[in-house]
Amino acid sequence: MEISAIYFLVPSLIMFCCGLYGFITRRNMIAMLISLELMLNSVDMNFVIFNRFLFPGQMEGMMFTLFAIAIAAAETALAIAIIINVFRSVNHVDVRELNEMKF
Amino acid sequence: MESVGSFILYVIVSLAIIVFSVMAVTSRKILRAATYLLFTLFAAAVVYFMLDYQFLGAVQIAVYAGGILVLFVFAILLTSHPGNNSAVLGSKRRILGLIASLAMLFVSAAALLARASLFAAKPQMEEVNMQKIGEAMMGTGANQYLLPFEAVSILLLACIIGGIVVARKR
Amino acid sequence: MSITIPILILAIPLFMFIFLGLCGKKMSHLLAGTLGTLGMGTVLVLAYSTAFNYFFSGDPLFINEAGERLQYIVFNQTWLQFTENLTISLGFFLDPISAMMLVVITTISFMVHLYSLGYMRDHHGVFEKGFQRFYAFLSLFSFSMLGLVVATNIFQMYIFWELVGASSYLLIGFYYTKPSAVSASKKAFIVTRFADLGFLIGILVLSYYTGTFNFTDLTSAPVAGLENVYQVSLSTPESVLSIFQGSAAPMFMGASVLTWALVLIFMGGMGKSAMMPLHIWLPDAMEGPTPVSALIHAATMVVAGVYLVARLFPLYLMENSALVIITVVGALTAFYAAMVACAQIDIKRVLAFSTISQIAFMMVSLGVARPEYHEGLGYMASMFHLFTHAMFKALLFLGAGALIHAIGSNDYTAMHGLRKYMPITHWTFLIGCLAIAGIIPFSGFFSKDEILSACGNYSTLVYIWMSLVAFLTAFYMFRLYYLIFWWKEHKVHEGHHAPHDQPWTMSLPLIILAAVSVVAGFIPFGKLVSWNGEPYDFMAHFDWGVASISLILAVVAIALATVMYRKENPLPDKMQAALPALWKWCHHRFYWDELYMFITHKIIFNCICRPLAWFDRHIIDGTMDSFAILTNKASEAIRPLQSGQVQMYVWIYAIGAILLGGITILCLI
Repeated sequence: MEISAIYFLVPSLIMFCCGLYGFITRRNMIAMLISLELMLNSVDMNFVIFNRFLFPGQMEGMMFTLFAIAIAAAETALAIAIIINVFRSVNHVDVRELNEMKF
Repeated sequence: MESVGSFILYVIVSLAIIVFSVMAVTSRKILRAATYLLFTLFAAAVVYFMLDYQFLGAVQIAVYAGGILVLFVFAILLTSHPGNNSAVLGSKRRILGLIASLAMLFVSAAALLARASLFAAKPQMEEVNMQKIGEAMMGTGANQYLLPFEAVSILLLACIIGGIVVARKR
Repeated sequence: MSITIPILILAIPLFMFIFLGLCGKKMSHLLAGTLGTLGMGTVLVLAYSTAFNYFFSGDPLFINEAGERLQYIVFNQTWLQFTENLTISLGFFLDPISAMMLVVITTISFMVHLYSLGYMRDHHGVFEKGFQRFYAFLSLFSFSMLGLVVATNIFQMYIFWELVGASSYLLIGFYYTKPSAVSASKKAFIVTRFADLGFLIGILVLSYYTGTFNFTDLTSAPVAGLENVYQVSLSTPESVLSIFQGSAAPMFMGASVLTWALVLIFMGGMGKSAMMPLHIWLPDAMEGPTPVSALIHAATMVVAGVYLVARLFPLYLMENSALVIITVVGALTAFYAAMVACAQIDIKRVLAFSTISQIAFMMVSLGVARPEYHEGLGYMASMFHLFTHAMFKALLFLGAGALIHAIGSNDYTAMHGLRKYMPITHWTFLIGCLAIAGIIPFSGFFSKDEILSACGNYSTLVYIWMSLVAFLTAFYMFRLYYLIFWWKEHKVHEGHHAPHDQPWTMSLPLIILAAVSVVAGFIPFGKLVSWNGEPYDFMAHFDWGVASISLILAVVAIALATVMYRKENPLPDKMQAALPALWKWCHHRFYWDELYMFITHKIIFNCICRPLAWFDRHIIDGTMDSFAILTNKASEAIRPLQSGQVQMYVWIYAIGAILLGGITILCLI
């Protein structure tokens, strides 16, 4: 049984679709952030998979993933800061109620 | 030809990824969702190990599982009232989400399955050891990444300050 | 002749207007008033020197060997060039009447500036609010009026004509917190604007056919050998207007285009000079401060119409019917205004109607002037009367202002028997009344008799008619005089000061103007001003028969007024009771205002404005509104897309991305 690239790509794709689904349906902003992390992680995986299977002598994909993880950490920290701030002013983190700034 | 052991490992890992991702986005308890995310991330780390990227797997575990998840847990504990489940989803919204994600799934799967090269066997690769990674990250030549490395360090600094400024009490 | 002085004559008032208008608030009241007065004083000196230079220097630019006065364009700067020939210029035109007008305007304006220093404050010497603004407007008015009289072309005249109207509007509405003043200023502006519409059309018609705006091209011929010097010559208008005559003459509605143009231009003059039926603004304009009435509505602006006709007189001579119209309008107005003046209570209204009547005199005089009758006596008489009338009418208005200032009311029933309290005002007012009544040797006698003899030359009917008006003039002026200064003893109300004479700033102009009114009749006016510049011996044409008849009429009228009004007696009431209808009509000014109200409110508003308003509101606004409603609906319809729900945005984005990706895959596979 040969494990080719597609074997890893399909779970990654499903993970991405789950993230998309969660991002669209969840109301809690933190849950949305979790969905976002899923999508991000699936993309990271894809980088690594393509690097490994298609360009085994190089390491661009891996380095890209490394930096992406660092940026994801930064982004999460900032997003959580914003969420806590929002929570402090309106006492909830329901994204559907947070449309007062639309006009 | 792969060994049976690694194939079993592959099955376990891919099932973990799929199941825990689905559960992470459908669980009504937000803390549990975070936990499922943690498992998914672990599974992803295992994938990295399977693909001979030990350092990346270690980073995945350390940063994601050790750093980000802790942040999530703190935020969840700060913002959610105990025992408060998120509301049951309305069917309309669920359908919308399903449409989008399934459409994404089919389109991307069609694109993936149409590529014959993705079915090739895993090529041989010399191990990416720590020395190579260190040289790549600290050098300024071709395929070396000092500049992004420094950029990320500035980004993290800005992020620290931004996090303080945004979340601080006024 | 250097152009410095003419430019300064125009520039100083303009500068004072800008300076006082911008910086007036920053300086004290007294300083602003003094600066304005000094500025006007400078202009007075410059204008006098210019006029003196023109009349008496004997410069070949101004007078030729035959002793005929010439017209001289001091400067003429092209301002707007329409075509090769048709340009609008701004310049300075010097001829007998403009030189005379410079003197009149600067004299009256300076007197009014000086007088206002005293008038525009209350009994405690506190200056009125907006005092600096008042002086700024006075300067603007002086500038406009000076620009009007020195216009080198009809369009420059029109520009300044409108400026005069605008500054008159500002000055009438000076007390802008008073609703009656505001409505009076609007009325004056609208009525004169309406008349100016005719003026503008007349200008355009005339210039369309003649191809020029310049007065000199229309009325005069250039003098050989001298640049910018012209002489009035009837052959010029004949050749210019030959297109109007003959079989190919352009016609419009049964009259030649020339007649139309001249009558339309005269319509502008009717508006400014308050000829019937466009006179209705002038009595209301008395809502302005009294010095303004003296300056604008007695002496300068209202004679602009007369000046306009005089300026284009050679053209009017080409068209007899236009002159006849002027005569008829003038004669009717003169009689009407004199009748009304007999039955007014407000002293400023009496003076206003008297002004209308006297200006109508001038108009009639122009209308009856023909070269064949004593070399255009009527023209000279009209200008002479303009000059003398400006002086004594300004005197009367300023006197009335002094009375109003002392009493605090326009109503003569609040006055009576003031002669002991205000001797200076009394004597100067009496001089003014004698002058306007035409008693020898006061100035009005001479000028009015010139007019009457000019009328006599033209037609006996006009002569009798105008003599009757002169009789009425003497009567109502002395009625006013007696009711103010005699009738019965003045009652000083308790707690009030007795009325007293005014400060010197107000008395001095009265005395100067009174002195001028006494002696102005002896100026050999005909030697200075005549229609074609030829010197004209005044005394040779003096008709002692006419003079004695008018003198007798005036004396009889004064005697009648004395009998009726000197002492309190029931005669006026009896007369009022005997002729109730006449009195009522005169008192209500023959219901002209009501007629206008009826026409505008009932007919124009209902029949024209209402449908137009309906059209505007429903069709034009409706179209625009429906556009707005459509836009509104459309944006309401697409608004849900911008729900502010970030998840919807993501969903739409994802679907878009999937579609794009799907299309790409379909194309590539």
